Amino acid sequence: MHRTKVRIVEDALDANNTIASANRTDFDRAGVRVVNFMSAPGAGKTTLLERVVADLPGVRVGVLEGDVEGSIDADRLAGLHVPVTQLNTSAGFGGECHLDANMVRSAIPALPLEEIDLLLVENVGNLVCPAEFRIGEDARVMVCAVTEGEDKPLKYPLMFRACELVIVNKIDLLPHLDFDLEKLLYNIDAVHPDVETIVLSARTGQGIEAWREWLLRTAAREEAIA
Amino acid sequence: MHELSLSSAIVNTVVRHAAGRPVTVVYLRVGALRQVVPDSLDFYFEFVARGTVCEGARLEHELIPARLRCRGCGHEWSIEIPAFRCPECAGSDVEIAAGNEFEVESIEVGPPAAAWGDRPEGDLGEETQCIAPR
Repeated sequence: MHRTKVRIVEDALDANNTIASANRTDFDRAGVRVVNFMSAPGAGKTTLLERVVADLPGVRVGVLEGDVEGSIDADRLAGLHVPVTQLNTSAGFGGECHLDANMVRSAIPALPLEEIDLLLVENVGNLVCPAEFRIGEDARVMVCAVTEGEDKPLKYPLMFRACELVIVNKIDLLPHLDFDLEKLLYNIDAVHPDVETIVLSARTGQGIEAWREWLLRTAAREEAIA
Repeated sequence: MHELSLSSAIVNTVVRHAAGRPVTVVYLRVGALRQVVPDSLDFYFEFVARGTVCEGARLEHELIPARLRCRGCGHEWSIEIPAFRCPECAGSDVEIAAGNEFEVESIEVGPPAAAWGDRPEGDLGEETQCIAPR
């Protein structure tokens, strides 16, 4: 059989990045800043949203909830009087473990872009795949709970590098854990030197003010930081 | 586990360039920083490729070692563990010189199914045009 070698030299994720750029253009045109919110399952993403979305003066917030299945998180946020749009990934291959640019693109018609200034996208809980797929966001936030262990930045460097802010959550549990917060912060800095970090407890509210201020700052930015 | 997602990205990229021709080999350039497990990628690729022109194709991985460069002092070094601060000046403005690649470098394709038998067995021609240069 005659065979031909075809030179391609293309990043396999270029197609995703192209769609992400189109999403970004649409968001920019509507004047909406977009934050991609990532973490392992159970790190506290939804609670962190509950804590702040209804209390960002002057900023109209919308939430896009990414889940493999169901609308539990969207239901939790429904009482906060901000528009919440559910995006389920179960239509993909066995339920995609992350959001990609195309899934977010498919959700854009359902988003009330004219009525919001800041869109918080809660990605599927997963420390691996979401780091690979840009969705057209202006900034990426990853949440790391102290119950996950100090070594996580060294084990998941892709995720800890694919963000502009690292939130260390659940610090109210520190008295009950053999956890070295300094060591975690050291490891985060080793993997992503000088990345902005906020240490807080979504449960008690300790440190939440810094998170709120970061969101206000991001919503007011002229240019993306991601 | 991201090898499943990455396999889908590879298949989508290859299908676009194969233009309907059956693919026999996919040559990849994979940076060490991408944390890709080759066996796992092969496993998922075989699965995701089914029913596409990539069905039955072989993956060839070229592993690119990670090299970092400090923009502050110019120091360049290779890393085995994820430590991104400059070991010379402790600076944080460090760029990845190599090791972040996840590229489909080239593919080997046969003729479209209808045209099989046009050329003698084993004739490996070459298309020289670069379809998507970067």
